[in-house]
Amino acid sequence: MARIELSEIAHSYLRNPKEEADYALKRIHNTWEDGGAYALLGPSGCGKTTLLNVISGLLTPSSGRVFYNGKDVSGLPPEKRNIAQVFQFPVLYDTMTVFGNLAFPLQNRGLPSSKITQRVHEVAEILDLTSFLEKRAAGLAADAKQKVSLGRGLVRSDVAAILFDEPLTVIDPQLKWDLRRKIKEIHEQLKLTFIYVTHDQVEALTFADKVVVMYEGEIIQIGTPQELFENPEHTFVGYFIGSPGMNFLECTLDGNMARVDGAGIKLDEETAALGHNTRGKLEVGIRPMYLELSSEPVENGVPAQVQAIEDQGSYKIAALTLAGKTLRARLPQGKPVPDGKVWLVFPPQRIKLFADGRLIK
Amino acid sequence: MEKWSNNKAWFLVLPVVIIVAFSAIIPLMTVINYSVQDIWGPGQSVFVGTEWFEEMLGNKRLHDALWRQFLFSGLVLLIEIPLGILIALAMPKRGWGASACLVTIAIPLLIPWNVIGTIWIIFTRPDIGLFGAAINQFVEFDHTARPLDAWITLMLMEVWHWTPLVALLAYAGLRAIPEAFYQAARIDGASAWSTFWYIQLPKMRGVLTIAVLLRFMDSFLIYAEPFVLTGGGPGNSTTFLSIYLVKIALGQFDLGPGAAFSLIYFVIVLFFSFMFYQALQRVGKGEKG
Repeated sequence: MARIELSEIAHSYLRNPKEEADYALKRIHNTWEDGGAYALLGPSGCGKTTLLNVISGLLTPSSGRVFYNGKDVSGLPPEKRNIAQVFQFPVLYDTMTVFGNLAFPLQNRGLPSSKITQRVHEVAEILDLTSFLEKRAAGLAADAKQKVSLGRGLVRSDVAAILFDEPLTVIDPQLKWDLRRKIKEIHEQLKLTFIYVTHDQVEALTFADKVVVMYEGEIIQIGTPQELFENPEHTFVGYFIGSPGMNFLECTLDGNMARVDGAGIKLDEETAALGHNTRGKLEVGIRPMYLELSSEPVENGVPAQVQAIEDQGSYKIAALTLAGKTLRARLPQGKPVPDGKVWLVFPPQRIKLFADGRLIK
Repeated sequence: MEKWSNNKAWFLVLPVVIIVAFSAIIPLMTVINYSVQDIWGPGQSVFVGTEWFEEMLGNKRLHDALWRQFLFSGLVLLIEIPLGILIALAMPKRGWGASACLVTIAIPLLIPWNVIGTIWIIFTRPDIGLFGAAINQFVEFDHTARPLDAWITLMLMEVWHWTPLVALLAYAGLRAIPEAFYQAARIDGASAWSTFWYIQLPKMRGVLTIAVLLRFMDSFLIYAEPFVLTGGGPGNSTTFLSIYLVKIALGQFDLGPGAAFSLIYFVIVLFFSFMFYQALQRVGKGEKG
């Protein structure tokens, strides 16, 4: 059980990093509260796994320090940090039984065997692995193997945190759901610090209390799934979270209006005032579900052209062209599907204004 | 099922049939043919049934050669497999050091076998050989006169020649282990020995099976090196099966007994290779105990 603090962490895989682009992690400074369920979300190559390895101690960062419960562990190897990690594909000791696998971390720490047996049975019970205990680990299905990997972390009752590195990658879709729920359940039961790396927003949003979004070696936003959806602090968060992602249009400000190639979008006064005080490339952003469509001219309506309709099953998405840009709007259910020319209404309270990719606030 | 209009597809396997026939079946049939006849000249032969097999199975010199062969192959496996694994573990994992090691280690494998024998004859000569002259400063050592010295020289040569093969195979096996296994072992607090025993060794099972099979077969069939180095001597102390076989078949031109001997030899190699393969397949697999 531990509260993990990262202080000014930066890491480069190069020996002599020169410019910012040489760094896999640019500047990470944040705290992971004890007992939290965190998801570390970001596209492939954004530094998620690097950050995870820094936390676990598999990697020593180029600079910065790591604290567990206020104690500096920067120089300690993973086994001294008492951390557990579940990898992308199941990592098992093939020649051992499931019992042997679960007992292994405890045996290495020299616990008495009666204690080990008791603890292994407890953990097997939590993970529904009791009936497999005497089986060879090599013969299990992928999801059971991942549970065994997780179990090797859970057996240490004093484990500081459990780190998951895209643990569901090799699991069949229908079992993914079960296993994710199981992990969530275990978190609620044991209240350990869980850090779950993924590039799948559904996994992140359903698993975590707090989602940490990473982009190009930086943490760009930390928040609840709700906050990320409603108030993305970076265009990347807006684009990455939500399906489809947020719409962005490059614009200039003209009084209370955002001009996009001649078309005007009305902003509320507060947003416009903030925008006037900011330098940089401006963009307006709006979620597809907040765009309103009308087949007749309306007040504050911006004319656009319907390109295509995508059927997503339970709802439909319209792809629209506005000033040469493509926008997506989620169509309300039960309404007739628009065709040809339409008028788009941007509700001012739903519009976010970004300067150089960052939310203006 | 519908009947095919013709059977011309059979012609597609014809090239394979021809190649296998000429490379394996016809020579083997010839040997079997010889093994049941007494031949004393071209066109002059008589059918003798299993007489040669009986004679060969009861041959004292063949028995001695067989035990020698087992001792030799056993020692080869006992030394080369662990030594090869040790070398592979000690080799650098990446960078120019890894390439340099790989090339250096592979050199003995590139030398023709009879040249190897010649190299070691010179190397171990008591008067001018580097090794022979050096060791004679301390103890008397002469592989042409003393059976034990001949065996030591032969084993040294064999280990020098073939351990690199085991090392290369083991190295390939080690490199194929994903980094995550080592990371998991570190996180679980495994010692270096546990990491070897529970991760590296099981993951090397496939390549080690190949290494054991190759080293067993090759050492069981060894001919050129001892033939050049010791010629089977001193006395008969390094006369292995193949050397004895050549003496019978070509030295004395006893084609019948030679053929019978060959077949017995073949069956022994086949049997032991099969046993090794089965045993190694079973180790660490699903079954317990």
